[in-house]
Amino acid sequence: MEETRREKRYGHTIFRDWCKQCGICVAFCPKKVFDRDPKGAPIVARPQDCIGCRFCELHCPDFAISITEKDQRN
Amino acid sequence: MKKPITKLIHEYLRHDKKFPHVWCPGCGNGIVLGGLIRAIDAVGLSKDQVVLVSGIGCSGRMSVYVDFNTLHTTHGRALTFATGIKLVKPELTVVVVMGDGDALSIGGNHLIHAARRNVDINAIIVNNQIYGMTGGQFSSTTPYGAYATTSPYGNIEHAFPISELAVVAGASFVARATVYHAQLLEGMIEAALKKRGFSLVEVISTCPVQYGRRNKLADPVAMMTYLKENSVKKEKADTMDPKEIKDKFVIGILADVEKPVYMEDYLQVKEKSKS
Ligand SMILES: Cc1ncc(C[n+]2csc(CCOP(=O)(O)OP(=O)(O)O)c2C)c(N)n1
Ligand code: SF4
Ligand code: SF4
Ligand code: SF4
Repeated sequence: MEETRREKRYGHTIFRDWCKQCGICVAFCPKKVFDRDPKGAPIVARPQDCIGCRFCELHCPDFAISITEKDQRN
Repeated sequence: MKKPITKLIHEYLRHDKKFPHVWCPGCGNGIVLGGLIRAIDAVGLSKDQVVLVSGIGCSGRMSVYVDFNTLHTTHGRALTFATGIKLVKPELTVVVVMGDGDALSIGGNHLIHAARRNVDINAIIVNNQIYGMTGGQFSSTTPYGAYATTSPYGNIEHAFPISELAVVAGASFVARATVYHAQLLEGMIEAALKKRGFSLVEVISTCPVQYGRRNKLADPVAMMTYLKENSVKKEKADTMDPKEIKDKFVIGILADVEKPVYMEDYLQVKEKSKS
């Protein structure tokens, strides 16, 4: 029988019109999920590494980043 | 499942206002506003049960963006308007947001008297240690030696310790947090909202543009790191040598006392005067 493993996965939405490229989310993400584009805005480079701690969401001064939780069966 | 934070905040914003908001990249005001919204939501107050009163300054813009009852007052006088509101509408939860210049420089007298009377108001002081809006003049909370447009050789005045001042002035609840400690901040505001009497939450905030640029902290990430590295939890600070914590931000609850609340005594006087 195939083994089912429940794993949490997180979705990342960046509201680009509101982001002011301050760099806070990129610098403080404990799992280094983001890279920075040439202007300094976050690029979701490694979403699979996200642990859903919400540091980015709690500290974005512009309410420009949103984390959603999705339960997945692999 | 955890509540989606940003989605919740968006539900409280006035979307007919211009976004992104006016604050500079990395400014702590947005983080404070987020914490306030989450705290109000956690306490379970409806938008109509809350009045947000602010003064003039960058931080004063908060009342513009959020969908509570709001009153944007004059510089330094927000607490006086708020006291009036509370006397006429005691059933409302009154929150006052002020900058450090607003609350301590021009409005310092109102602050100590509101605390002394123990009026049932929740004051949030966004202490970015500078006059942000007017171009970076030193305020009464700018650290000794720090640079401002008006202290190009370093500040020769000494900073008011806001929270400690409120404690001795008689506030029922006093707490300090920083915008780096956003979860603690939210918890402190929630506790303040639940507390009867005068509550004050001092938030050490970031102003990368007017304060940071002149004090080697122009990068918002550097400012946040500075707050992280220079804060000490109250419980730990109590075990440390006072010399070690002299230039640190002691964060957590600094006072939580039960005492008569102005509003309740006032209503009793009103009743007595009728009979
Ligand atoms: C009676 C009066 N005096 C002075 C001013 C000019 N003024 C506007 S905001 C401000 C200080 C802003 O600093 P702060 O209160 O710390 O708020 P911040 O902008 O840093 O959030 C001053 C002096 C004013 N608007 N009204
Ligand atoms: S939730 Fe935490 S781990 Fe995930 S992207 Fe944000 S800061 Fe990084
Ligand atoms: S914290 Fe917010 S405003 Fe700053 S770079 Fe990240 S998404 Fe943009
Ligand atoms: S001047 Fe300072 S306090 Fe005002 S919006 Fe800019 S960073 Fe924020």
